[in-house]
Amino acid sequence: MVVRGEVARGTTVPEKAPAARTNRPSRAADILVPVLSILGALVLWEAVSRAGLISTNDLPSMTTTMQELWSMMQTATFWKDFAYTVRGWALGLLIATVLAVPIGIVLGSSELAGRAFRVPIEFLRPIPSAVLIPLLFLTLGTSLKSEVFLAAFGAFWPLLVQTIYGVRDVDPIALDTARCFGVGRLERLRRITLPSALPYIMTGVRISSTVSLILAFTAELFMGTPGLGQAMNYAQAYGLNDQLYALAIAAGFLGLAVHFAMTALERRVLHWHPSQRLEAV
Amino acid sequence: MASRLEGLDPALMLEIKSLGKTYGTGQKETRAIEDVSFSVEDRELVCVVGPSGCGKTTLLKCLAGLLRPTDGEVLLHGRRVTAPPEEMALVFQEYGRSLMPWTSVRNNVLLPLRHKKLSRTERSRLVEEALAAVGLAGFFDYYPWQLSGGMQQRVAIARALAYQPSILLMDEPFASVDAQTRGDLEDLVLRVRDEFGVTIVFVTHDIDESVYLSDRIVVLTHAPTVVKEILPVDLPHPRDQLATKELPDFAHLRAHVYRLIKREQDPVPRLAAAEG
Amino acid sequence: MSRRVYSSIAVGAEILVPLLILALWQLWTVQADSDHFPRLSTILVEFKDMWLFSEFSTHVVPSLVRISLGFGIAVVAGIALGIPIGLSEWTRKLAMPHIEYWRAMPPPALLPISIVLLHDIGDKQKVAFIAFFCLFPVLLNTIDGVRSIDRTLVDTARSYRIPRRERIRRIVLPAALPQIVAGMRTSLALAVIMMVLAEYFSSTSGVGYVLLISKNTFEMGPMWAAILLIGLLGYVLNLAFLLAERRALAWHRGWRASTPL
Repeated sequence: MVVRGEVARGTTVPEKAPAARTNRPSRAADILVPVLSILGALVLWEAVSRAGLISTNDLPSMTTTMQELWSMMQTATFWKDFAYTVRGWALGLLIATVLAVPIGIVLGSSELAGRAFRVPIEFLRPIPSAVLIPLLFLTLGTSLKSEVFLAAFGAFWPLLVQTIYGVRDVDPIALDTARCFGVGRLERLRRITLPSALPYIMTGVRISSTVSLILAFTAELFMGTPGLGQAMNYAQAYGLNDQLYALAIAAGFLGLAVHFAMTALERRVLHWHPSQRLEAV
Repeated sequence: MASRLEGLDPALMLEIKSLGKTYGTGQKETRAIEDVSFSVEDRELVCVVGPSGCGKTTLLKCLAGLLRPTDGEVLLHGRRVTAPPEEMALVFQEYGRSLMPWTSVRNNVLLPLRHKKLSRTERSRLVEEALAAVGLAGFFDYYPWQLSGGMQQRVAIARALAYQPSILLMDEPFASVDAQTRGDLEDLVLRVRDEFGVTIVFVTHDIDESVYLSDRIVVLTHAPTVVKEILPVDLPHPRDQLATKELPDFAHLRAHVYRLIKREQDPVPRLAAAEG
Repeated sequence: MSRRVYSSIAVGAEILVPLLILALWQLWTVQADSDHFPRLSTILVEFKDMWLFSEFSTHVVPSLVRISLGFGIAVVAGIALGIPIGLSEWTRKLAMPHIEYWRAMPPPALLPISIVLLHDIGDKQKVAFIAFFCLFPVLLNTIDGVRSIDRTLVDTARSYRIPRRERIRRIVLPAALPQIVAGMRTSLALAVIMMVLAEYFSSTSGVGYVLLISKNTFEMGPMWAAILLIGLLGYVLNLAFLLAERRALAWHRGWRASTPL
């Protein structure tokens, strides 16, 4: 069905530990280097603007953009838009999870069901959810419903596939051992299959969370549902470049925040799993 | 293949002088090797044995120039070893991981020769001769993973041979190979030394193997490692898996080495009556 | 039930269930008689009319070109950058904050900016947009693949004094290839999505453009035909990639099968 590289295993840790380097950077360097790197990039941006390499009409200078971002963050409108986007993301992810995990468990546990639905899933999966935008626009309109539907639809598939794979990848020896001891089917599911599938499911949640955010934003940008995306539309329509770039930076940070939150969640839920014990440097 | 040593001073091939290696800093500091000294003469086969965890592999990596020693030095032909030297080739224990799985046996053996100044025909000849010498003449176009463990290790040895080194370092090369194949491979090593005139430093934990193969045995202590004893092995050549191992001298040497290592592993002294 | 019977039922299900879904789709759309959900049969007719072949060169070709160029640039750049970053720990530490940030950025957020910055809504902007976001899966997988190369292989290369260029070409790249290819697969799927987003947002040609126009003119037939085509495109590209991957990484499967981990 799906080739090995397609479905992400438990986490992003490589199977073989990275080759040890002869110089291990100290703790201080671990924090200092990224910070310096970011500062360096910001300085470079400012330099490019000042030198006129890119006109400030096209790319506002770093200082202008940051100032704009700062003043935006003082307004209630910004945080309202921010909250709208977060809401769309959260609801989309929630609905996707509530649907994908149970269905995934069923399809993964039953070979017959899994095989029966293999082709439809393989076909529906690669469809970019973005194509639904015109349809949603015409049917559900520019409402929260559209945004959540889009986000949920997109987030559903990766999580479904990951769940199916996680359930299927359970060690058959563990299951057989349980069967020998007379452990019932449902009990086996709860005590062996689910914990074993959990790393896959968590990876799926992480991927789906990214997809949900992208689609929530897409809905706002393309359909005009309230949120950061819509704010961008506004900024672009009125030629407010400073705001446009500031919003983009904010969107990047939102993406980063979501990513870290999900990674932290994954770490907590899977703290017992061997893959979490290997911390890639 | 003729020895590469024509014209060079046939003095000591390899000298290890007070080699020491420390890992880590501060609290986590480990003194893996304390003070190891010995030398290896041209065309000698020296085995290095010791209890598990005695830093045999660390020692070999220092000899190979893959690790920088903390103290002391390694001299090859009188020159200090700071990086992998040109005249040295290495055979690892994990043959599966040292061979490239994406290409043929032939290309695996060819790889180290690519950057040497040789013509294409010369390279081909070396590859074919090396593979024939290890008994893999018909397997040029196989993938390494299509071969058995013993055969893969032969490929690694062939690769080292084609490189035409004057000294070969082998790090427990037959530890992951089944016992029956091991005998064949041991004989292969002896043959290689005789035919190609290479000097060999052979690290192993297998005591029988060390006595069978070597001209001299270096016995190490556990960490922090020093040389416990260096034994000459006066068994007749050519060695034979059956005949040599039936000799009383073989049994004595074997027992002696065994005792030396056992004492390292069990620091509590046994009753005097149990000692031979 | 016996194995044989079970097998036949399974195969039957595999064929029947998709057909059943299609049949249900047709029945439902006939019964619903909704403007927005035309009959499946209508859609299929529209699909044939449009894409075979009247609109093919006008819209499908530009879209394919953009995907190919964007994906191609992303792969080349991803590998070219990924290898040095993967090999040098310091470079990696310097680069990672930036990679993490841009990877987390929701792509639509950069659509307006890409237009403003590049002064363009044509191929240049589209390809740049696609290439930018398709870069990251390849880049990250290349870095990961390079970092995971077996220590023994590295030591072997060092002990034989293999020069840097040779090492990268003959050891690093092939060793990291399985991982790189996995990243390429993700990137390809991403390329289709980015193409749709970019074209739908603003364009004068392309499949995404058709989607936009048909929405504006309320032409449901073309809209659904476009949806179907995009789905098909993603599926076919993925399949083609799988086949190519199978050939290129045949050694990898053989190796994994024979090596107990």
